[in-house]
Amino acid sequence: MTTTTPATRYETVIGLETHVQLLTERKMFCDCSAAYADAPPNTHVCPVCMALPGVLPVMNRKAVEFTIMTGLALNCEIPPFAKFDRKNYPYPDLLKGYQISQFDMPSTQNGWVEVQVEGEEPRRVGITRAHLEEDTARLTHKEGADGESYSLIDMNRSGVPLMEVVTDPDMRSAEEAREYLLKLRQILRYMGVSNANMEEGNFRCDANISLRPVGSAEYGAKVEIKNMNSFSAVYNAIQYEVRRQTEELDAGRVIAQETRGWVEDVNEAFGSDFAKGSTVSQRSKEGAHDYRYFPEPDLPPLTVDLSYVEKIRAALPELPDAKRARFQSEFGLSLYDANLLVETRAKAAFFEEAVAAIEDPTDAGRLRFARLIANWMIGDFTRLLNANETELADSRVTPKRLYAMISLIEQGTITGASAKSVFEEVFRTGGDPAAIVKDLGLEQIGGSDEISQIVDKVIEANPKPVADYRAGKQEAVKFLVGMSMRETKGRANPATLTEILKQKLEA
Amino acid sequence: MDLHWLSIDEASRRLDAREISSRELTKAVLDRIEAVDGRVGAYLSLAAESALESADAADKRRSDGERGSLLGIPVALKDVLSKRGLPTTCGSRMLESYVPPYDATVVELLDRAGAVVLGKTNMDEFAMGSSTENSAYHPTHNPWDLERVPGGSSGGSAAAVAAGEATFALGSDTGGSIRQPAALCGVVGMKPTYGRVSRFGLVAFASSLDQIGPFTRTVRDTATVLNAICGHDKRDSTSAPVDVPDFTVGLDRGVQGLRIGVPREYMPSSLDAGVRAKVEAALSAFESQGAIIERDVPLPSTEAALAVYYIIAPSEASANLARYDGVKYGFSYTQGKTMWENMEMTRGQGFGAEVKRRIMIGTYALSSGYYDAYYLKAQKVRTVIRNEFDAAFEKYDVLVSPVTPTPAFKIGEKANDPYAMYLNDVFTLPVNIAGLPGISVPAGLVDGLPVGLQVIGKPFDEEAVLRVASAFEAASGWQDQHPPL
Ligand SMILES: [Zn+2]
Repeated sequence: MTTTTPATRYETVIGLETHVQLLTERKMFCDCSAAYADAPPNTHVCPVCMALPGVLPVMNRKAVEFTIMTGLALNCEIPPFAKFDRKNYPYPDLLKGYQISQFDMPSTQNGWVEVQVEGEEPRRVGITRAHLEEDTARLTHKEGADGESYSLIDMNRSGVPLMEVVTDPDMRSAEEAREYLLKLRQILRYMGVSNANMEEGNFRCDANISLRPVGSAEYGAKVEIKNMNSFSAVYNAIQYEVRRQTEELDAGRVIAQETRGWVEDVNEAFGSDFAKGSTVSQRSKEGAHDYRYFPEPDLPPLTVDLSYVEKIRAALPELPDAKRARFQSEFGLSLYDANLLVETRAKAAFFEEAVAAIEDPTDAGRLRFARLIANWMIGDFTRLLNANETELADSRVTPKRLYAMISLIEQGTITGASAKSVFEEVFRTGGDPAAIVKDLGLEQIGGSDEISQIVDKVIEANPKPVADYRAGKQEAVKFLVGMSMRETKGRANPATLTEILKQKLEA
Repeated sequence: MDLHWLSIDEASRRLDAREISSRELTKAVLDRIEAVDGRVGAYLSLAAESALESADAADKRRSDGERGSLLGIPVALKDVLSKRGLPTTCGSRMLESYVPPYDATVVELLDRAGAVVLGKTNMDEFAMGSSTENSAYHPTHNPWDLERVPGGSSGGSAAAVAAGEATFALGSDTGGSIRQPAALCGVVGMKPTYGRVSRFGLVAFASSLDQIGPFTRTVRDTATVLNAICGHDKRDSTSAPVDVPDFTVGLDRGVQGLRIGVPREYMPSSLDAGVRAKVEAALSAFESQGAIIERDVPLPSTEAALAVYYIIAPSEASANLARYDGVKYGFSYTQGKTMWENMEMTRGQGFGAEVKRRIMIGTYALSSGYYDAYYLKAQKVRTVIRNEFDAAFEKYDVLVSPVTPTPAFKIGEKANDPYAMYLNDVFTLPVNIAGLPGISVPAGLVDGLPVGLQVIGKPFDEEAVLRVASAFEAASGWQDQHPPL
């Protein structure tokens, strides 16, 4: 898709609010299991998360820890005091009639994360805060046989810990917004604090978008976009909204501060450069709720002492940016390759385990092997994983086996061509590469005698190309090399084979 | 003595001595209820059958060798406390059909102690009121004069204990809702320090002020009940992880050498002369027992306490009562065209006038543009009030005052004047605002109507409060005075 940044008259200003379901065992304020994904409706419930009269919330310490971990990973301050507040609004999915959230004293604030759009310089996106709150119940709207509409409530989701990560209005394009979300998701997954899966609804994003004349210091009227359920939806909705606001401003109209919903597949709003879909006005902000925040009297303020924060910091895993930089400097990998390897924590760990298996004691050898491991991971291994729709974690290939196979190539036991077949077999069976080589008879043909015999056979069987070559048609050798390689089942070193073939043709 | 008048102390002595059984005691109290509750109206619902079963279970436990001060003792619960399987209406139409599937922590503790739950007592709707007239079901009558209110909001529990319809009762106190009805009904009622008793299972009115406490006929019995219900509860994050002493131990130590302060603002010139005389008599008694009395102790922000209370309590209530929308439980209006209409009509018809008034006050006080001027300012003044108490407690062990400005008023007398009704709690609600322990102990009759003496203590110093109350009880000779029902 082409970049459709509008004319340079306006600067796009984007801030994102992302709701992240935390992977705690228990819900935010009760002992119910938070793993409700496949559970029948209303089975992960208790008096507390059903908001029965007389119940009280008890804070889930793990959720606080996960939020502080996230704050640290996003370079946030962790204030020594935080508190919970009640956010009041009536809706049937909010069972208490208020949401316990953090209003003016969040657990983390004032951080940043670096994002980089391909081909541009890396930029910092400011993190306003990452605070804790609770998820609502889930409503399903139905229509009965009599045509009357009704709704069903599933309270399993009610009270599941939710962390809201709010950015400063620092992003300037849909690309940047997408990179930010990918980065946030990557960090959350690295730390294991969330599945951060948009399609499953445990990573939900709202975008605030405004335009302003280039050079202006003031922000334009902010439009909040909701209902974006995938990364592409976020990207497309922002693209659409920027274009819409541009047209409004160009036409001399005023942008209304409002909430709009992204609706996919309606029509092609702005021609074929744009995805199908549009943003639709939901409600104007003027009539928005007054949430009447006030301190939650059922929960004492949180005191967070420095030693606790430092303990969490010390236990943080190495994060993707640091890991990428280390892979580059330690193994001489390119930025591109290093980025691919740190994409997930599992992938990076696989690489590191494979590298740890390297037996070559020399620096040069270690670097050579590391690059080969990287190449195999990024190339054939990734291709096979994709083709088989398999996750790395579910793959039968172990880091040691990958290294063992690469060693066989390096030792000359197998050729590069054979290695592909061997790896496919390792991928399929998880077997030992050396054993597979033996089973399939793929040891490289070492002796030139054996190659010589095969070449003789090929020359004898193909008089026409032989004659052509001898008549000066150089390309004819390729056919003969190919035929010979086929005879060896790829087990011969192609250079050696070509050498011998030429010698014999020219003799 | 009739079994229904026995104190906890005396009843458990007789139970231990096998002179009576819990079944006999429970039956006697149920008979008393049968005889007088038609006139008093203390109960909203009775659980006679399960009470007798509990009594038998207690008798069995005792015959198995178990001992316990509350084992087999009949108790009434204010209808704001959740007990599995019993209706919990909070005196509201909204929860007419609601039966909780879980026990409040205090109910669990009483159950463990072997107490016998008789039923649920009447109250002002969602504990909002000072006369129990705001019950959606029926008023409760003061056992000393059936034309008068028993006080509120725990009027049913106070009247039940006063009329011999329960050996003890539990209530909740947000601004005086235990102490005021205890005073007007001539029984002992205590609000422990905020955080002393778990609120889990107490239907919330104002979370930062609510506290559960006992009604008994003696100070010793109050100490006994506190022993059973106090303590940290992990299900209530505001319950304090503070050790619980045996409250009965120091009761008889007397007041010799104790420093007793009398807040100036709690003895205004407008105070009822009869009430004033009773407080003066109490002070003389303390003095003669060797206490050091200091009058005119300044608590200058007392006047602001009423305003602070009527901002903070309704603000918290406006959120606490938001869950009653007809969607999940309780009363539900279903004839509306839209979900919103159903929710609005549910609340419009399910709540009474006083509850709606307070929800509106609270919603207003929290609204954007008003929050700073009302809620935030009230919290600041709350801190000032607390500091004034702290300063006073640097000099005095306890503070002593009247509980109410007057004895019980007539039913209907203040029903249409909310402000006059609110003034009933001026001496009690600062204690909630500061989170302190306070007790009301009978101080005698004024024109045939009981009035109470309030003793206020330092946070978590219930022992001093009980000690002073016990000394006064002994001096006043109030024990064994019962209403002429
Ligand atoms: Zn739950």
